[in-house]
Formats: sequence, structure tokens, C-alpha cells
Amino acid sequence: MKVIAFISGKGGTGKTSIVASFARLAAPVVAADCDVDAANLALLLGGTVDQQERFFAGELAQIDPDRCTGCGVCFERCRFDAIRPVDPIFEIDPLACEGCRVCLQACEFDAVTLVNNEAGKVMVQTAPTGAVIQAALEPAQSNSGKLVTRVRVLAREKAGSMELELVLLDGPPGIGCPVHATLADVDLVVVVTEPTPSGEHDLARGLELLHQFRRPALVIINKADLSATMVKRIHRLCESLDAEVIGELPFVSTVPAALAQRQTMVDDETLRPLLEALWARIQSHPALVPDSEPAVVKAATP
Amino acid sequence: MRIVIASGKGGTGKTLIATNLAWMLAEVGVDTTYVDADVEAPNGHLFLPPTEVTTSRFSSPLPTLKEATCSGCGECQRFCAFHAIIATTDKVLVFPELCHACGGCLDACPDNALEERPRESGTLLRGESGRIHFRSGSLDVGEPRSTPIIETLIAETPDTGVVVVDSPPGTSCSAVAAMKGADQVVLVTEPTPFGLHDLQLAVELCRKMGCSPSVIVNRSDLGDTQVQRYLEAQSIPVLAQIPFDRTLSDIYARSELAAPTHEPLRQALRKIISTVLTNSIGGKAA
Repeated sequence: MKVIAFISGKGGTGKTSIVASFARLAAPVVAADCDVDAANLALLLGGTVDQQERFFAGELAQIDPDRCTGCGVCFERCRFDAIRPVDPIFEIDPLACEGCRVCLQACEFDAVTLVNNEAGKVMVQTAPTGAVIQAALEPAQSNSGKLVTRVRVLAREKAGSMELELVLLDGPPGIGCPVHATLADVDLVVVVTEPTPSGEHDLARGLELLHQFRRPALVIINKADLSATMVKRIHRLCESLDAEVIGELPFVSTVPAALAQRQTMVDDETLRPLLEALWARIQSHPALVPDSEPAVVKAATP
Repeated sequence: MRIVIASGKGGTGKTLIATNLAWMLAEVGVDTTYVDADVEAPNGHLFLPPTEVTTSRFSSPLPTLKEATCSGCGECQRFCAFHAIIATTDKVLVFPELCHACGGCLDACPDNALEERPRESGTLLRGESGRIHFRSGSLDVGEPRSTPIIETLIAETPDTGVVVVDSPPGTSCSAVAAMKGADQVVLVTEPTPFGLHDLQLAVELCRKMGCSPSVIVNRSDLGDTQVQRYLEAQSIPVLAQIPFDRTLSDIYARSELAAPTHEPLRQALRKIISTVLTNSIGGKAA
């Protein structure tokens, strides 16, 4: 089984539209949305939810108002600003609490208890393209790296049980914890960028991260006709960082409207042959040859 | 007054709005600070290049074993809720990428064998970009935790004049850190199913934090009417609709601000400023 992750650094470069298109071309396939803050892949691929599980992100502290004496030791010790005075006692701010248990350890009056923090859910959908795994993190939650890991593991399991050989991961924006969790055991990474200074700057940081993680990277320049100058600069950047640009896609102003009809970029007749060519390039990458060794894994963030 | 420019979905135009809004505010004589809180992908400096720059390294305390005093009891490992410590009979291993720097292991240790040492994970920058005070944070590539840098960046920014915060995308901890304590949250969205879905989550986040956001619809003519219908149904004020315009993306691609030359954007920003500064909407984020 091979896993391909799509990341971008900068948000909004077109990762999800491109992953949905490749899922259409590669079907049947497992497609998983690792952007658990703002999961959009299933909106495009459709289907029905046939499996759902609850996601718990550690624990949250609670203060028993009957036991709290208002001594304020927890308030002084909490480093996350998660304890607020409600005269004459204290209470937990659940949005700020990280479940570290420092308050529990510090309270002499056993006023602090811990409750499981239900932070979201993970869903498996059956779509025309195969299985789609997505998660929904409750707004204001942390720990999305842990939820990403669950999505990624479930995607592999699902591919195993369906005897499918390929998993596509739609990654989150940025270069932090959720991205690290996405990259933990992938064979190949495709970075989707756009020809803007922001796209270029964030691509450079993304490629540096992939270098640290020792992951082979391919680059797609989306909306390439928006700036010929920036496209040239991105080619130069990728050359200097030893990342292969496998192709460009033009900006098509009808794509956003087509999204509303659940049409992906492969439904557009200009884009389809370009996407097919890109997909052929990706598939021929040595890292995807069956039985090839997976890339070396850095200590991963759960 | 602190205005946070945020969005659930990435790439909707937060930085375009935030940098140009800061420029317009300064242009009309407001004491303005621009804060780039998207520390994983900070791009504000490309449009508001700062001069007179000073940088400092950001560090978090990391528990470290003092020599010779550890009895190998394993209390630190048992305490740590984040599985960041492995204690063996003769060694304590701390995994910095998992540590939340809560300090609890120091108290849990009966031998007083742990101490905290600063560990660097990013850079904080301050400078001046024309009349705009400029601040930004940048997470070191390879570091997982962006939230502590954002919290420090916001906490260290003086709350004078108008502070425009360019938030990271999403609806989890890093966006919360950027929004906390905001006087106004402005969400930038686009009229697509993705834009709508992520806007709904961002609105939910704002409401959890006790504030009522307002919205800017970018590329307002590319997509469908669902965002518009949602905003009307929820009575969420729309500050501006900005149609897609090739000249705007050309200006953006040249790392230039659009407000000085692009009249439609200028007008939209004027309207945003007059609405936001009169503080007629919103409510402070908890």
C-alpha cells in the first residue's frame, strides 16, 4: 500500500480540489481529509457516512464549587490562563485548559477532577471514488495532531480491508503539528502552490520541512497563469531545493461556481487532460513502485 | 482597539485585507500596528516590509534532568499527560515536541531532580513599515507548536491605537490564540461550499469565545449564493463584498499593496474602517 500526502504551507492554493480530482482519476481509492479544522474533501466527493467514532482529546479539568475554598493555588500555578476567578472561588475555562493536571496536583482540597474531553468525531464515508475518511474537530479545540493521526491510521486500515493499494491524504495548511502528523508515514508528498509571493514563501518553508522529514516532494503550481514572473521564481526555488515541479494548472474562473455542483476540476475540459498528465507523473514516481521501501521516518508527533 | 482578521478556510484573502487595512488606517492618521500571527506561514512582511527591525528568539521552558539527584522513581513520566517524558532507572528522556511546558513534572518529582531550561522554537520580530508598527512571529521549521508563540506575540503588542492581527487559518488552538481578547473579529470568506462550511465553523468559534464576528466576502462574484443566504439568516453583518479582479491578483503577485492604487478595494476598506472604528458591532472575544 502507498500513501501520498498533499500539503501547501499557504492555505487556499487548491489542495482539496486537486486531491478530489486525483481521487476521481485513481478510483477506487481511499481519500482522507487531514485538515480536521476545516474538512472540505467530503463536500466534493460526496457519499454517505457509514461509520462514525467519537474522538477524545485527553482530559479537561473541572472544579467542584462545593470543595473549592478559593485559595487560588491552582490559579497561580496554571500556565495556560485556564483558571478564572468567579468570586469567591475559581472555575476552569474549558477553551484554555490543556488537561495538564497541574491544578489537580496543586489542589489540597481535592476540588479538581478530570473529565474526558470529547473534541470531535471521525467519519468513514462510501463515495463514488471509494472510501472517504474525514474528521470534524469541535471549534476551539487543540490536539488536532492527535485527530489527524487517527484519520491517517483509519485510512490505512480501510485501504487494507478494502484491498486498495493507494491512500490520498489532503493535508492541513501550515507547517506545524497537524502537518507533522499528516506526514508521519507517507511515501510521497505533493506540494500544491500558487504563483504569489505568499505561495512562494510558504512553499519554501514546506519544502524545508519535507527535507527534515526526508520525504520525497513533487510540486504542482496551481493558478499558474496569474503571474508568469512568480511561476519562474517558483521554478527557480524548486530547482535550488531539489524539488521537482511536475506541472502547472491554469486559473479557471468557473471552478469556484462548479464546486457548488460538486464538480471537481476533472469535470472541466481544459483542466482534465492536464490533471491526467499530472496524475501519470505522480504515479510513475519511484517512491510509488510496489514493494519499494518507505521513506525514513523521523520521530513522529502523535 | 484590536481587530483580528481571521477565517476558517485558508487562502481566502486574510493577508490581503489585513495589510491593506493597516495601510489605510495609517493613511487616515490612525496609530496602527500590524501583527502577523500566522506564525506557520507568515507573509505580511512581503507586503509591509519592515525596517528598523529587531528580532528576538522565542523560547519555552523545557524540563531537564539535574545531574545525580534522580532516584529513577518514574513519577514525572506518570504525571505527564502528554507522554512527553520517559523515565528509566538511570535516565529521563524529555520529548520537546510533545511537552506543553506546564511545569507539572517539576512538582511531581520527589527528588527535586528536574529544572526548566529555555528551548527555542521561533523568532519574534518588530519593526516599522512606513507609519505602521510591524510585529510578527515565525515558527522554526520542524517545530510543531505554534500556539505559545502566537500568545506571546499578542501579549507583547501594546494595545494602543488600532492593532490589526492577521490570524492563522482554521478553528483550533492557534486561531483561538490569535482571537483571544479581540475587540472585533472580521472573518474573510469566499462564496463556495468550502468557504461556507469553514465560515460556519469560524462563526461557531467566535460565538464560543463570546464575540459576534462580521464578514468580508472576497471574490464575491465567483461561486454561488449560499454564503450570502447563510449570512442573512444568521444576521451577520457583511462589511464588504470584493469581486474577483485580475488587476488585484497582479498587484498581489508583485508583493505590492493594492489600497494605494486600486479604487474599489480602497472604497471597501473605507467602509470597513468606518464600521469597525465606530464599534457599532462585535463584542470582545473572551
